[in-house]
Amino acid sequence: MVVAGEEKIPFFNDPAKRSLIYQFGVMVTVAFLGYYLMSNTLTNLERQSIATGFDFLEKESSFEIGESLIDYSAADNYFRALLVGVLNTLKVSFIGIVLTVLLGTIIGVARLSANWLVSRLAAIYIEVLQDIPVLLQLFFWYALFYEMLPAPRQALNPIAGMFICNRGLIFAVPADHPVWAWMGWTVLAVLVAVYVMRRWALRRLYKTGKPFPVFWSSIALMVSLPFIVWMLGGAPTKMDVPQLLGFNFQGGISLSPEFAALLLGLVLYTAAFVAEIVRAGIQSVNKGQTEAAKALGLRSGKVLSLVVIPQALRVIIPPLTSQMLNLTKNSSLAVAIGYPDFVSIANTTINQTGQAIEGVAMIMAVYLGLSLLTSALMNWYNKKIALVER
Amino acid sequence: MTVYSYDNSVDEIKPPATSVGVLGWMRSNLFSGWFNSVLTVLIVALLIKTVPPFVKWALIDSHWLPSGVGCGDGQGACWSVVTANLRFIIFGFYPHDLQWRPLLAMIILVVLLFYSQNRNHWRKALVWGWLVGLAVMGILLRGGLFGLPVVESSQWGGLPLTLLLSVFGLTAAYPVGVLLALGRQSEMLVVKSLSVVYIEMIRGVPLISLLFMSSVIFPLFLPEGVTVNKILRAQVAIILFTAAYIAEVVRGGLQAIPNGQYEAADSLGLNHVQIMRLIILPQALKIVIPPSVSILISAFKDTSLVVIIALYDLLKTTKSVLSDPKWMGFSAEAYIFLAVIYFLCCFFMSNYSRKLERELDTGL
Repeated sequence: MVVAGEEKIPFFNDPAKRSLIYQFGVMVTVAFLGYYLMSNTLTNLERQSIATGFDFLEKESSFEIGESLIDYSAADNYFRALLVGVLNTLKVSFIGIVLTVLLGTIIGVARLSANWLVSRLAAIYIEVLQDIPVLLQLFFWYALFYEMLPAPRQALNPIAGMFICNRGLIFAVPADHPVWAWMGWTVLAVLVAVYVMRRWALRRLYKTGKPFPVFWSSIALMVSLPFIVWMLGGAPTKMDVPQLLGFNFQGGISLSPEFAALLLGLVLYTAAFVAEIVRAGIQSVNKGQTEAAKALGLRSGKVLSLVVIPQALRVIIPPLTSQMLNLTKNSSLAVAIGYPDFVSIANTTINQTGQAIEGVAMIMAVYLGLSLLTSALMNWYNKKIALVER
Repeated sequence: MTVYSYDNSVDEIKPPATSVGVLGWMRSNLFSGWFNSVLTVLIVALLIKTVPPFVKWALIDSHWLPSGVGCGDGQGACWSVVTANLRFIIFGFYPHDLQWRPLLAMIILVVLLFYSQNRNHWRKALVWGWLVGLAVMGILLRGGLFGLPVVESSQWGGLPLTLLLSVFGLTAAYPVGVLLALGRQSEMLVVKSLSVVYIEMIRGVPLISLLFMSSVIFPLFLPEGVTVNKILRAQVAIILFTAAYIAEVVRGGLQAIPNGQYEAADSLGLNHVQIMRLIILPQALKIVIPPSVSILISAFKDTSLVVIIALYDLLKTTKSVLSDPKWMGFSAEAYIFLAVIYFLCCFFMSNYSRKLERELDTGL
């Protein structure tokens, strides 16, 4: 390089200066484009006399929502309606992710099974379900529930207290009693106790070499303590059984066909991708690792839990995270089958208020937030299990 | 000294009958251990319970005539819903006597795809062939040139629309994606941060939100009096969405190029544009061909979402057939037909992508 000052470099040949000019150009272009779109939008909004800003959140929504985790009526404001939507999205995403990971792991392991039939069936499942658009699958399940299942009067009754009809799956739950809340608290307390016990057992193991049966003691605690609380509370057995009143069932807990179709479609679709990830993860662990672990005298359960799974998880977690995000994003397809998720309620809001920009901005913000949250959680977990190198 | 010779009287010891042939295969693949045996028995029982009734429903007891005779007897499948409405499902509202045009366009597309499959045909001429082909397809659909009557885009629909959105979407998104990937690798802070924000934002939101944006907000962006038709708006949304995903794939390819390549190019005295165009991109893009096919597959599946903004793609035409009182209640048949179409297309593409991956894997 020629040192500046000895020989004058023209400014357009100086990389640093040139890069500044380029960046300035890009900035000006983006700013100009933004200004142009903004001014157009403002003129258009004024011409069509559409309000701007988020004042509409305070107004009465005056539409009903089919299912909600919190109390909601048409007299509540838009903010509460959108909150119901967010909670519904979270509900279907959370349950969906848990079921997907379970099902995907089972199918991924089945794909590697020594049993020819099992591994073939798993391969067919993975190939077929990956190649059909998830929206089509949602429509299919929804139509199946709606067309094939009988009306409430002829509801199927496979086991006592459970009814299946085109209004969804309705089943009996234990009737209201304070004991159930106490049992919930007990379960939480046991979870904390298990965590503490596990840490204590590990520390003892490292210090004295004596193992402690953490798994079985946790199970014993988990079963016995809530049971004792239940007995102490008077052992209530009364059930809230759904009754056919008029055209629909009253009582019990019901899963709407929309929710069931959405959950089923998302889980079956995403599980196919998760299965591939799990298979690749398990295959990525070198065979020598298993053999070495066996040579050390570990039992086959220990070989899996101490050697194979920890190494496979490192390969599995990053793509698994992106599948979880995909499931969350795909849950927005609920709008097509009428499950009141966030997009569906935001869409109704847009149609009623005409404030499309705010509506779409909120949709984007909520999903971006969910994505960032999920990736943050999974990155934290990934860091925890990542290979610690010396 | 004894002479040892092969004694014919001793027969070759054959492996036991249970470890060779069909029996041996079954023993090692189906009945190795009690767990696998139980699993096999259970699965065979399940298959016997489900497969014959399905075959009976789908093939033996089914009805195929477009008139729909016998449908609704509750016995077999009513494929009449497909045969009677096939043209509408495939072509949507495209004028009936002009439907040869989208058909021809699709044939050109399929021929081009099959021709491009062979890597020996990958020459510069093929790129021009694709561009010309895409243009011809566009002209065939739109009309207005060479004496073809104009067909407004509001009448486009069905399979041609699905293919149009995905193939044109990917073609147009590719250059944008490459630019974004280069921007993300750039040392210029402004360019880099703009690219990162764009890519991460688009990847964080569902495609639906972009489609909503294209259908309700995009018209507000335009100056008064200018309108852009609905299909083009959805196409723009799909391009913007796909570009972000392509950018990430291309970035993977760029990162796989060893630093020595950049340094060697620098020492040859090439400038940045030349380095990218002549050295880096040709190598990086070759690496990312298989994942690009995966993106094409997901773009193809994702175009079905335009149903939600009421474009008449394959899924929407089927749904509108199903809302006809005459064909209500036969959704399963219609959806299975669609699933088969989607499956065949995606299966072909994903198999091809796997094959390509094996061929391009030079073991480096």
